[in-house]
Amino acid sequence: MTPEQIRREVSAWLDANWRVDRPLIEWRNLLLEAGWAAPHWPEEWYGRGFTLEQTVVVVEVFREMAAVPAAQVGPRGLASETILACGSDDQKRRFLRPILTGEHTWCQLFSEPGSGSDLAGLSTRAEFKDGNWILNGQKVWNTSAHHADFGLLVARTDWDVPKHQGISYFLLDMRQPGVEARPLRQMNGHQSFNEVFMTNAVVPPEDLIGGEGNGWHVAKTTLSFERRGFSRRVRGSTLDGPKQGPIYEEYEEELRIAAEPYTWYPQREGRVDLVLPRARETGAIADPATRQEIAKLICLHTGAKLASDSAEAKRKAGTTDIIPEGSIGKLAASVIARQASLVHTMISGADAMLSGPESAADGLIAEILVSVPAISIAGGTDEIQRNIISERVLGMPKGYRADQGPFRDIKRNA
Amino acid sequence: MHIEFSPEQQLLRDIVSRALREKSPATAVREQMASDRGYDPAVWQELCGDAGLAGVHLPEAYGGAGGGAVELGIVAEEMGRTLFCGPFLASAVMAGGALLEAANEADRAELLPGIATGATIATLVLDDLNSPVGVGGSIAATVDGVLSGTAAMVVDAHVADLLLVVAKGGSSLGLYAVEADASGLDIAPLEVVDQTRKLSRVTFSDTPSREIGQLTRQSLNRLWDRVCSALAHEMIGGAQHLFESTVAYTKQRFQFGRPIGSFQALKHRCADLLLEIELARAVTYHSARCLDAREGEPYAASMAKAAAADAYMSAARAAIQLRGGIGFTWENDTHLWFKRAKGSEVLFGTPAIHRERMMTLLESAA
Ligand SMILES: Cc1cc2nc3c(=O)[nH]c(=O)nc-3n(C[C@H](O)[C@H](O)[C@H](O)COP(=O)(O)OP(=O)(O)OC[C@H]3O[C@@H](n4cnc5c(N)ncnc54)[C@H](O)[C@@H]3O)c2cc1C
Repeated sequence: MTPEQIRREVSAWLDANWRVDRPLIEWRNLLLEAGWAAPHWPEEWYGRGFTLEQTVVVVEVFREMAAVPAAQVGPRGLASETILACGSDDQKRRFLRPILTGEHTWCQLFSEPGSGSDLAGLSTRAEFKDGNWILNGQKVWNTSAHHADFGLLVARTDWDVPKHQGISYFLLDMRQPGVEARPLRQMNGHQSFNEVFMTNAVVPPEDLIGGEGNGWHVAKTTLSFERRGFSRRVRGSTLDGPKQGPIYEEYEEELRIAAEPYTWYPQREGRVDLVLPRARETGAIADPATRQEIAKLICLHTGAKLASDSAEAKRKAGTTDIIPEGSIGKLAASVIARQASLVHTMISGADAMLSGPESAADGLIAEILVSVPAISIAGGTDEIQRNIISERVLGMPKGYRADQGPFRDIKRNA
Repeated sequence: MHIEFSPEQQLLRDIVSRALREKSPATAVREQMASDRGYDPAVWQELCGDAGLAGVHLPEAYGGAGGGAVELGIVAEEMGRTLFCGPFLASAVMAGGALLEAANEADRAELLPGIATGATIATLVLDDLNSPVGVGGSIAATVDGVLSGTAAMVVDAHVADLLLVVAKGGSSLGLYAVEADASGLDIAPLEVVDQTRKLSRVTFSDTPSREIGQLTRQSLNRLWDRVCSALAHEMIGGAQHLFESTVAYTKQRFQFGRPIGSFQALKHRCADLLLEIELARAVTYHSARCLDAREGEPYAASMAKAAAADAYMSAARAAIQLRGGIGFTWENDTHLWFKRAKGSEVLFGTPAIHRERMMTLLESAA
């Protein structure tokens, strides 16, 4: 279908079906049936098999007509894409619909106190007892876990094989007595991530995804979605036009809760968009040293944008690309954020000491300065991205490994 | 704007790259840099004449191939990769660009075909190589085109048949053509860091010339942008060569019982370098597309020149550091690229000058 055809079909469908007095869930179920909830998914799973460009057209029409889209915010995308790629039909039937309607929110339960970068070194234990998987252990840094209904969880099911082989991947119901999420306060004052304790938490066998011992493969699928999305994460789409009516109230409430942990995410990327306006407003634009740093930032930012457009074009054309977009893009995002943070500091001068309402741009500048350190940690640290680039892209030899053989015998954190 | 290269452009790259690998190995570069002339006329004729590389970016009406800044960039990048020795930058890029930007139609028709076929070696004489703002301060022309003054550094003037001079004539800038055997013309070769690109001091003492066009600040800037974009491509090619050869070296060299490429300090330095080169490459390719589309070209060219120069120097520093002692020897080829990187970094404006130019343009647009 051409963009014009899609545009016409979506508009006609919205004209016939979009009503602001419909309950949110009922509306989203209509979307699902019509294939407008996730147009890039296959037809049998609420989609239309659209390409990314075709999907963008659909999103645009929804925005222009101020029609509420399927639920998108937060880690639910990681869940739905992972389930779509690795789940059984039964799992797709049970989980995909409520993710899209917004009935279920999700979180990612990967990192542990003892294993972060070394995700495959995890030690949360899952044992099969009396027909169910019983989970014990602790996860940490889990964004949105405090309000999530389900979690994507990796746990160890075999301690006698090499570390990557003994892992299984579960879809964990968070609303049970054996699961407790405790919010953690971050250095920027927000409480987005949590620690999560599992004490005899129960997972029925039908919620093991990808098969026993196959969890590392499924986890890599999730991670590749995460890295790819890093520079262009889908946030709650803003809708054009007046938004009056009950469905908007429900939608706003959903966003308020689901998007709350992410309000500072644009700041951790350095807010390059604020640099020139701030430099002009403060007069720092006249300072030669500041101008040099701003221009360096622009070179990096423009280069990263052009490089990712070009990688995208190559991917579409099917020509092989030696550059794994994810790791390079993620490292670029860190470099840019750090340079932006430096520039914002130069622009503010001594005012960079202030925070909250005292700080410029309604506190945003202070928030940038104390949020940027997260970008080079979350989703795989800069050092890990450099390992991936040097070993997988450049083919540089792997170093000495101390973690081979049965997991049981590997040295790890107490 | 097209983000990717067309199949024809890809083919051009493959052909040029293959030819240069054959004709411009490091042994040939060493031979030419040690010679007074600095290049091999037979190779020049074959590549830039017969194969048409000198005219890749010139209109077909003047004997060129009809390509644009993108095609020119492809050739420059491949030349930079092998450190090709020859007056390509001086003749095809600088002088050819000056004729396109500033010469009258009749003079273009007369002079460009020689440049396009490589038969004429030309160069462009500018009395300031730091910034277009300073050009025209040191060479003056009378109404009859008699030139006097000095250009402190001119690329490949020692081999030029034709010198195109930007000089102040009255209150405006003109483009003047001087034959190599003109009276009152002194060309004094200079000792240079990068021996693969020769420089001379050119002095005019009542030297007769022919005025062939006028330059506005705008056309001078556009000329500057063309040259900077081509030079940025050349630098990306050089950086890529250094990067690849350095990564390969770390896989072969053993210390402490393992290849040095398995040490994380070196891996991370290589990963960072890859990122720096990729980002610089992206803005460099972008500058050529902007020139061809006549859209935002000064800004894009300055961005490219600044980013490519920094990336080339990073690659050059790493290439020596990661080789250790051997990297600091005359015998090892790395220093040839290091010196080209250093020379290119400051030719037509240091990165700092170009960043300042970006900001000035940004502010005047706001
Ligand atoms: C804002 C934020 C949100 C997050 N959200 C989630 C989430 O929703 N779900 C989730 O599961 N996790 C989440 N994380 C966790 C994140 O993925 C981990 O923090 C990260 O992978 C690093 O692990 P770690 O904290 O254990 O540090 P460590 O792995 O202990 O790393 C400590 C230092 O050692 C370095 N290092 C480790 N291994 C190597 C190596 N092989 N080579 C070189 N250097 C190395 C690291 O780069 C780092 O500098 C989040 C983190 C942050 C900051």
